[in-house]
Amino acid sequence: MQYLLLIYDQESQWGNMSQADQGRMLQDYGDLTKSIQQSGHFVGGNQLHPVSKATTVRVRDGKKLVTDGPFAETKEQLGGYYLIEAKDLDDAVAIAARIPSARFGSIEVRPIVVRERVAA
Amino acid sequence: MDIEQIYREESGRILATLIRLLGDLDLAEEAVQDAFAAALVSWPKTGVPANPRAWLVSTGRNKAVDLLRRRAVLESKREELARLNGLAEQVAEAPEETMLKDDRLRLIFTCCHPALPREAQVPLTLRTLCGLSTEEIAHAFLVPLPTMAQRLVRAKQKIRDAGIPYRVPADEELPERVETVLLVVYLVFNEGYNATAGDTLVRRELCGEAIRLGRLVYQLMPGEPEAQALLALMLLHDSRRDARTTTAGEIVLLEEQDRTRWHRDQIAEGLELLERALGRGARGPYALQAAIAGLHAQAKSAQETDWHQIVALYELLLQAQPSPVVELNRAVAVAMASGLSEGLRLLNALEERGELRGYYLLPAARGDLLRRMERWEESGDAYRQALAFVSNEAERKFLRRRLTEVQGQTR
Repeated sequence: MQYLLLIYDQESQWGNMSQADQGRMLQDYGDLTKSIQQSGHFVGGNQLHPVSKATTVRVRDGKKLVTDGPFAETKEQLGGYYLIEAKDLDDAVAIAARIPSARFGSIEVRPIVVRERVAA
Repeated sequence: MDIEQIYREESGRILATLIRLLGDLDLAEEAVQDAFAAALVSWPKTGVPANPRAWLVSTGRNKAVDLLRRRAVLESKREELARLNGLAEQVAEAPEETMLKDDRLRLIFTCCHPALPREAQVPLTLRTLCGLSTEEIAHAFLVPLPTMAQRLVRAKQKIRDAGIPYRVPADEELPERVETVLLVVYLVFNEGYNATAGDTLVRRELCGEAIRLGRLVYQLMPGEPEAQALLALMLLHDSRRDARTTTAGEIVLLEEQDRTRWHRDQIAEGLELLERALGRGARGPYALQAAIAGLHAQAKSAQETDWHQIVALYELLLQAQPSPVVELNRAVAVAMASGLSEGLRLLNALEERGELRGYYLLPAARGDLLRRMERWEESGDAYRQALAFVSNEAERKFLRRRLTEVQGQTR
């Protein structure tokens, strides 16, 4: 079986942490990743940019609607995901608009944080 | 030409080009500042170069590359260094005129990207394409400076982190993207035409900038009648610029303007653009407003204006774009077409609804109709109310003068 582990937290909390605490947190994430890589559990994982960098895509009556921010309605539930490589946001949005559920739900396009690979 | 003037006229273009070259808005802004700082030092000695823009672009680019190199060395990023060395060589050729134009167009589509909040699109365009300071923009939108600064920072971060591209959208994307661009150009023009604060009524550079942006957008999309109509609208309004204020900077209302001082060449161009836009089916808010401005431009005097047709156009505008401000304008036109008391009745009803509370033009319009009806005391009250809300110095002066006039009548 494969499982998707979704990480929910308060973005503001991170900003309020001291640099030392942030460092410990990143260290903990690094340790966990390494550990589950060694145990053979790890398939993939990424940090997302905060919701202020999100863009929502909907298609209604064949027309693509692009708006700033995450606007999932409370009656909408997370139903799946695609991880894509795209040239830029327009490219990503064009693909998002082709997802069938965009016609009645919403697709949140969140950029992924690119980290300099730390020497292993 | 002095450096300050070059800064005002060229910094937007230089920034747009540097953004394309460097791919980073913040870095490009820094590079523009550095380039002008370098000019301040070297031009007094060497004289202004023959092509100041090219000089500033290449100086800014070199400064940015230096800065990035230092950063890359600090962080020992070898790949980054290689990329920068490549960049320094690749952009050595000075940008040509057409490329500069394209750079600005690319940048306006980025600033008006639908993934940015509306409240950031206009200030970002004003900041990057028109070179307004954050302070001026905050002032224009009646927002505290830190709020506006934060808005701009967030927008730039989103452009960078979400990968909002610097390019003109593909053909199939153009219609919806252009709608936002037209709105932003229109808002820039309005900011110049009716500066909401400060003591210069007509900020000609801002109007000129909006007209240049409008031309650029129209040239890119000659098939878009609304872009053509917007350009017509701006030209027709701007044609009155010299007649709208006295040499002392006081406001002259449309009906009292010396129409021989209107710029006939601009009116002719505006009317021609408007006619073609209407012929191609433009019926949107810009076309309707341009048609209204066109009727004013063609009338010999306020009395000889076709007010009935203007009322009809405002009716259409209200259907296309319901807004209490449009209702206010329609009420004033009704007063001219069908009598002062009818116009006053509409203004009173509008005031009762309370949607325009704090908007000085509503009591100012009421004051004017009451003044014409010789209801001096009520007129004075209305002008006093307007004075409490006005923020533009020229408008304040005008309202004070009118108030003194009506007070003189009651004694």
